[in-house]
Amino acid sequence: MTAITFYFQVHQPFRLRRYTFFDIGRNDRYFDDTENARIVRRVAQKCYLPMNALLLKLIDEHKGAFRCAFSITGSALDQFELWSPETLDSFRKLAGTGCVEFLAETEMHSLSFLRDWEEFDLQVREHQDRIEGLFGTKPTTFRNTELVCDNRVARRAEELGFSTILGEGADHLLGWRSPHFVYRPEGCERIKLLLRSYRFSDDIAFRFSNRAWGEWPLTAEKMAGWLSALPEEEVFVGLFMDYETFGEHQWADTGIFDFMRHLPGEILKNRRFRFLTPAQVSVEHDPVSRLDMAHPVSWADAERDLTAWLGNHMQRAAHDALYDMANTVREAAEAGHPEIHRAWRRLTTSDHVYYMCTKWFTDGDVHKYFSPYASPHDAFIAYMNVLDDLSRRASAVVGVARRNAEAC
Amino acid sequence: MKVLMLGWEFPPHISGGLGTACHGLVGGLTRQGVEVCFVVPRAYGDEAEGPTEILGCNRTPFRTRRLRSRKAVPGDPMRAGGPATETLSEGEEEASGESGEEGGPSSDKRIEVDSILRPYMDERSYRRALEAWRAMGKGDSLPLVDPIEAERATSAFRGILSRLAPGGGYGWIVEVFEASHYLEFSGRYGPDLLGEVARYAIAVARIAEEREFDVIHAHDWMTYPAGLLAAEVTGKPLVVHMHATEFDRSGENVNERIREIESLGLHGADLVIPVSHYTASILRRRYGVPAEKIRVVHNAVTHKEQQDITGWRKVIPEPIVLFLGRVTFQKGPDYFLEAAAKVVSIRPEVKFVMAGSGDMLPPMVERSARLGLARNVHFTGFLRGKDVERMYAMADLYVMPSVSEPFGISPLEAMALDVPVLVSRQSGVSEVLRNALKTDFWDVDDIANKILALLTYGPLRRQLVEEGREEIRRIHWDTPASKVGKVYEELVG
Repeated sequence: MTAITFYFQVHQPFRLRRYTFFDIGRNDRYFDDTENARIVRRVAQKCYLPMNALLLKLIDEHKGAFRCAFSITGSALDQFELWSPETLDSFRKLAGTGCVEFLAETEMHSLSFLRDWEEFDLQVREHQDRIEGLFGTKPTTFRNTELVCDNRVARRAEELGFSTILGEGADHLLGWRSPHFVYRPEGCERIKLLLRSYRFSDDIAFRFSNRAWGEWPLTAEKMAGWLSALPEEEVFVGLFMDYETFGEHQWADTGIFDFMRHLPGEILKNRRFRFLTPAQVSVEHDPVSRLDMAHPVSWADAERDLTAWLGNHMQRAAHDALYDMANTVREAAEAGHPEIHRAWRRLTTSDHVYYMCTKWFTDGDVHKYFSPYASPHDAFIAYMNVLDDLSRRASAVVGVARRNAEAC
Repeated sequence: MKVLMLGWEFPPHISGGLGTACHGLVGGLTRQGVEVCFVVPRAYGDEAEGPTEILGCNRTPFRTRRLRSRKAVPGDPMRAGGPATETLSEGEEEASGESGEEGGPSSDKRIEVDSILRPYMDERSYRRALEAWRAMGKGDSLPLVDPIEAERATSAFRGILSRLAPGGGYGWIVEVFEASHYLEFSGRYGPDLLGEVARYAIAVARIAEEREFDVIHAHDWMTYPAGLLAAEVTGKPLVVHMHATEFDRSGENVNERIREIESLGLHGADLVIPVSHYTASILRRRYGVPAEKIRVVHNAVTHKEQQDITGWRKVIPEPIVLFLGRVTFQKGPDYFLEAAAKVVSIRPEVKFVMAGSGDMLPPMVERSARLGLARNVHFTGFLRGKDVERMYAMADLYVMPSVSEPFGISPLEAMALDVPVLVSRQSGVSEVLRNALKTDFWDVDDIANKILALLTYGPLRRQLVEEGREEIRRIHWDTPASKVGKVYEELVG
């Protein structure tokens, strides 16, 4: 039997206002509530609500034979609570079927593992608790921001009690090996690594509507046929992708919903297949071998590395400046200013440094990355202005608290 | 591929960016094997390398047949160096042909068509230049045009107008052509800007008839009548290049006649090349040029050897923010000062330098005093030679807040000297530059915000300088030249 494992990533960042130098010290409204509300409501209408309804229907029709997994960031959950509660309700309904697994990640979709393990642990725990509170089950599968995985992240997830971790099935990582088996990262004892099958995943997520693609149009029958051609001994196929693929990246008029409507049925025609969530695959299969992930591997770009987030001077400087103030911010929270900590947390979202990416300058592909900013430099300027203000406020609060403590 | 290219100036005899751009483009074209015959009103003989051939109308054998002139001064009409100093006496209809470079028929005569017109002049600055010309003792030596040539040109131009403007109008251009050969003699019209343009056109029409080429390429309005005439008399396709429109130069106070000439050229041409998408939008909006006739070709920069400014460095500790260019409406100096006032409210130590001269300089000096910036803003006046590069080298940031800039090469020069730049989006150069800060010229808050950010966040500077250095290395005239080459091929097949 071969398992088909769908996992969908749901994320919305808190985008910043055009925060200028003149706002520093005068204005603590960092986030563009209007724009963020507008976007999350739009995506809910185009993607989350119709796709959740479709998945619910598929689970119902296939009487539990169709299953899938979600990772919903805390940042997205915050926005649903604020601006689209019906989206949250529809995810709860999916959870109620018992056929959907919810994964854990860092609460704010952060890159904390690169700088601050303490923050990493806090964010993961927080997210795990929140998911359990919302959907009733404590996550046992971990996925890191942008599917970034290496030996250390896997080891940390194992220490935090996770039984499964997801990663990218990158060619340079696997070499001759297939992504369709379970692996164990180097240095780990128990945790199991499930890799993304980027070929099949990207057929849906990226190539589906591309008319220049030789396989266009992609139909459910065609996809099911490709899967059937896989070697019998392969144990699972990880179809991992952004949930916004459905209706947002690939618009409804591309036929993406119809495709998904028919795909489970087509796949299940072949009795070799069943749908399993990551945790189920992990229970059923042991690792075939160890995999040494000495360097972080992500699911981004051709390089599958971190250069989209930390590839240039601006990105590294912003990342450093953010984590340099972590202790002050936590202290400020303890001193009775949780709003400072909350704002800082939102700034840990990896999208902020992603907007500063200049990689596409050389290949001239300006539209490759979606960004609310006119340029990466503008993204850096707004972010640094906000950090400057936040750091001043945190320091002021902490200073007062320390003086008070001394006075007592 | 052979091109008859019409321009108003060529290095080293240049007054603005037009000559430099033509030089770069011609160099790129000839490297691709395109033969370029470049015609300027006046050639000096020491022009920079590039064109296959450079023709000055002053050095072109210009046959005159019957000159109704009053007075003759014997002498070599082709005296090297100086402008034409020839007047003919009444009754003298022919001069010896022996002094000519080409041994034409003895009835032929070579006459220089000279011009003091430079790009971007208006009637007033033209008059000033003319007075200076006269003060140099060259006053009575304005060039002559064969009345027959003038008549033929006039009638050809009537033909052009009947096609391009069947509803009438533009009659004044015909009058200018008719009057062009009266210059000097009658004093009826006197020397004027448009007469210069007409005389150049007449000379070019003649050159066009005598030469072999595949396509005509005219740069900016001064050469458009010449381009139209040359196309009319030869039937060859015409490309007009737009480096700057009258709206860029003058805002809303346009010289109607210049605008009309631009319009004629744009509509009479087979294809139109603006130097940016920004300029293309002006051509569509203001001149009604159909989009399918427009082929945008961005300018590039010639990587000249930098002036040796070793040992020159900034000695004051305060950050310096630089404006360098003509201090005119088009360049947005007032927005620079307003942003400066905002920056100074937060960082009082920052210095601002306004380098350049222009009609808005005196009001800018007053404005800066009124804004309380007397101690922060420095005015250097017009800089030349090494001082330009020294000024760049001292700057922490170069700002180009242009209101309307068809292209704008100066940010590339600043970047070549490792100076980060902030440019307005109302410029062509902002379309090609990636490693530059960008703003809208009217958004003074944003300009100030970005100046402060650049002066405060070191990694931003490092990012812009390091990647900018690489970026401008990739900007080269071969790219636009190959695009222009494709435009020619489109027309010639």
